[in-house]
Amino acid sequence: MTILQGLWFFVIGLLFAGFLLLEGFDFGVGMATRVVAKDGDERALYMRAIGPHWDGNEVWLITAGGAMFAAFPLWYASLFSGYYILLFLVLVALILRGVSFEFAGHAVTDRERGVWQMANFIGSLCAPLFLGMMLTSMIQGVTMDKEGNAWIGFFGVVNWLSVVGGIAVVFFCFVHGLHFLSLKLGRDDSRRMLNVTEKAYWIAYPALVVFVILSMVFTDFYSKRPLSTWLITVLILAFTIGGHVAAFKKRGGWAFTCSGLTLMSIIAFIFNGIFPRVMVAKDDSMSMLIKDASASPYTMKIMTVVLCCLLPIVLAYIVWSYYIQRKRLVPDDASKQEKVEVVRKAAAVR
Amino acid sequence: MTVLGLSRVQFAMTTIFHFFYVPMTIGLALAVAIMETIYVVKKDEVYKKMAKFWSKVFLLSFAVGVVTGIIQEFQFGMNWSNYSRFMGDIFGAPLAIEALLAFFLESTFIGVWMFTWDRFKPAVHVTFMWLTFLGSSCSAIWILAANSFMQHPVGFEINQATGHVRLTDFWAVLANPQLWIEFPHVFFAAVCTGAFVLMGCAAWSLLRMHVKSKKDVAAVEADSSQAAKVDLFTKSLRIGAILGLIGSICVITYGDLQGKYIVHDQPMKLAATEAIYKDTGDPAAWTFVGLINEKDHTVKGIEVPGAMSKLAYGTNSGAVKGMETVNKELHEKYDAKFGKDMNYYVPVTVLFWVFRFMVGIGFGFALVSILVLWFTRKKKNTLWTSRWKLWVMGILTFSPFVATTSGWLVTELGRYPWIVYGYQTIADAVSPTSTVPGLLFTCIVYFLLFLVLGAVMIFYTRRTLHQGPDYDESGDAYGSISVKTPASVSERKVALA
Ligand code: HDD
Ligand code: HEM
Ligand code: HEM
Repeated sequence: MTILQGLWFFVIGLLFAGFLLLEGFDFGVGMATRVVAKDGDERALYMRAIGPHWDGNEVWLITAGGAMFAAFPLWYASLFSGYYILLFLVLVALILRGVSFEFAGHAVTDRERGVWQMANFIGSLCAPLFLGMMLTSMIQGVTMDKEGNAWIGFFGVVNWLSVVGGIAVVFFCFVHGLHFLSLKLGRDDSRRMLNVTEKAYWIAYPALVVFVILSMVFTDFYSKRPLSTWLITVLILAFTIGGHVAAFKKRGGWAFTCSGLTLMSIIAFIFNGIFPRVMVAKDDSMSMLIKDASASPYTMKIMTVVLCCLLPIVLAYIVWSYYIQRKRLVPDDASKQEKVEVVRKAAAVR
Repeated sequence: MTVLGLSRVQFAMTTIFHFFYVPMTIGLALAVAIMETIYVVKKDEVYKKMAKFWSKVFLLSFAVGVVTGIIQEFQFGMNWSNYSRFMGDIFGAPLAIEALLAFFLESTFIGVWMFTWDRFKPAVHVTFMWLTFLGSSCSAIWILAANSFMQHPVGFEINQATGHVRLTDFWAVLANPQLWIEFPHVFFAAVCTGAFVLMGCAAWSLLRMHVKSKKDVAAVEADSSQAAKVDLFTKSLRIGAILGLIGSICVITYGDLQGKYIVHDQPMKLAATEAIYKDTGDPAAWTFVGLINEKDHTVKGIEVPGAMSKLAYGTNSGAVKGMETVNKELHEKYDAKFGKDMNYYVPVTVLFWVFRFMVGIGFGFALVSILVLWFTRKKKNTLWTSRWKLWVMGILTFSPFVATTSGWLVTELGRYPWIVYGYQTIADAVSPTSTVPGLLFTCIVYFLLFLVLGAVMIFYTRRTLHQGPDYDESGDAYGSISVKTPASVSERKVALA
């Protein structure tokens, strides 16, 4: 394995981690529109809170996919064709939630707006579930042939570990979303969010224990790379406790940081475990290795230069875009009343 | 129904649907940016209102463009995994750079632009729209670089060990001559699309004012709010017409260059779009329209003597090779590698006709743009009172989509049987793991999804037009809820406590 190959394996892990850190809270906010919000206006408020950011966050996934294609085309080809139906479902979920923001803004009745808010909820729930299932199914080893095709049957995709893994990702996205809202909304709402996560966190502990036990049984992570795997396991636990304590103390900022780090550690767990492979095969001698899956050194070099030039600029304006929109959102009841009138009138005209 | 057939149907369906929204997004972003810039320069509120109003249509298109784009990126791995393995060294890089350079830019700044109308000075705020437009246009360059490679591979070698292509010269891929005629053509096609959607929607809006008689005209002119509406839509029409005129002239120029390029580069494609089976005489005649018999290789049509030489070479002489000759040449060239059974004929009738749609619409655009500028001139603006002209404009809203789809059909179907010209066939590119039931299922779901998305998009666009520019001026996106942001930092502290 060359340095560049190692670097790009790391970069792709980082992009996926960035994706979960950022889009993770979008998904969570989407879930909160059903689980926490009381009425359509609250749902609209939550969606407004991520309105300026969700598309930029989704681009992390697109970049992760693109980087995988550029740096490890063979990995991209095997993974994406192997998980055909699951990725298709992810796409449908992303489409549903992607259009819901814009379409909800064009609705004139509560009913109509409700349809798109529901689409947002379903998409926000299903996308992390299926992605989580893919990530945790992939690490158990799949059937691979000499050409590098992955043949994954129904039970390769849906099994104990992948279902628990999918739910775990959904859960942490949900908590992360509420923490984001606690930073974005007014005081009362903020407290409410942290109250919910404070209770929800209790589910995380038994779930984590189950996840670790299943991983020990179904993956070779704990036997192949025990030290780093245990270290990351401890980190996941520590961030979970940290988030819990912060929620308890109503410290939204810390809670958000911890839930974000938990999500990132899940990616670290996976990427650390599969290293130095990219696709784990049932028969480990068939596994696809980093050193065999990559693009040519020349392409990798170009991509590295491009990444080093562009990523700092991209990060700078992303941070700036959050910074200028950092203010909390408080529903403006007076103008809401006015709005209701307008909407009613518009509905009457039709 | 085979895996290959269904994969092709799916690819065609998803890219064509994506490409309905792509040019509309690029074109309307440009139009909105121009309107807001005029507002900044002239400080005339009508342009601000105009930019806000049309941005609603733009944002609808943007949303659907984004979600269908994600399918594009994933499906190369999902449906065309052997292609991805073969082409990965070349294809991946532009795609990743596109995401880093273009998608982050447009998605971040569109988010900023939408929500900060009252937060920044107009001159600052408008730059966000220009950055979004820049992002969209950049994204086109990178993805078309990948597409151009497939049309005309450059800057690579075949890796003997794996049989895959290996990049040897990144600059050659970027300097691909195919790219630098394809990109301008697509870009100006997008400008045209934006312009004609804008003009068409403005025309529909004027039609809805029901100006049917002299009395109605007088009534509108007496009512200041109605007159303001006419003014706004007329100005929009003129902006659209100027963009449409520039766009169509450029699209025709670059289209002509593309034709002259593919005579040499992909002679089969050119011969098919012009339905030339046998080598032509010199100078070559051009079939304007005709009936094609693909079995017997005969064409009956109206011929313009000498015109084909002009189109293909820009000179008054020169013969053009027919498909039969090209077919023989291709067999000689590729039989050793790909076998004798390859079929090098492309779907001639389809190519012949879609090419004529595209070119016809292109010249139509130029003509209509000039007429709109004439009929809306300051001294004698008569367009808004002429219902049949408005109807024509309204119906023309749909014409750019016919033209762009036709263009892609020429380009992509004309490449048959190659996916990477001369190096990989479409049949070799599909995923070995794909199954017919799986593809059938996804094709049906995509189809239904696109049907719904398209219908909702048209429905909401129509509603936006009905609501008119005066509706919901507060303009916070995702409407129906207003939010107040506490101004001071101390208030934030309170909120945290
Ligand atoms: C000529 C221009 C062009 C062409 C040929 C394509 N696209 Fe596209 N694409 C755009 C121009 C564009 C755009 C104008 O930049 C879009 C449309 C709406 C938008 O938001 O960005 C976009 C959106 C878009 C997105 C979503 C970006 C986001 O979330 O902001 C992805 C992932 C892709 N595209 C990927 C592709 C792929 C893999 C293509 C190859 C088949 C493709 N596009 C063809
Ligand atoms: C967005 C604009 C595009 C449209 C509307 C479009 C449309 C089409 C169509 C109609 C086909 C023929 C399908 C068939 O043979 O039945 C096709 C084939 C193909 N195009 Fe494009 N295309 C577009 C852009 C691209 C780009 C940018 C790429 C790659 C970078 C690309 C890659 C392919 C591939 C891989 C095929 C082969 C699959 C096949 O032939 O079905 N296309 N495309
Ligand atoms: C007189 C006008 C036009 C001429 C002579 C022309 C010519 C061409 C040619 C020869 C191609 C195929 C290029 C190739 O396969 O490499 C093409 C492709 C295409 N055309 Fe046109 N065209 C014209 C007008 C238009 C218009 C009005 C639009 C849309 C608004 C349009 C959109 C496209 C698109 C999207 C493609 C596919 C991408 C590409 O290869 O550039 N064209 N055109």
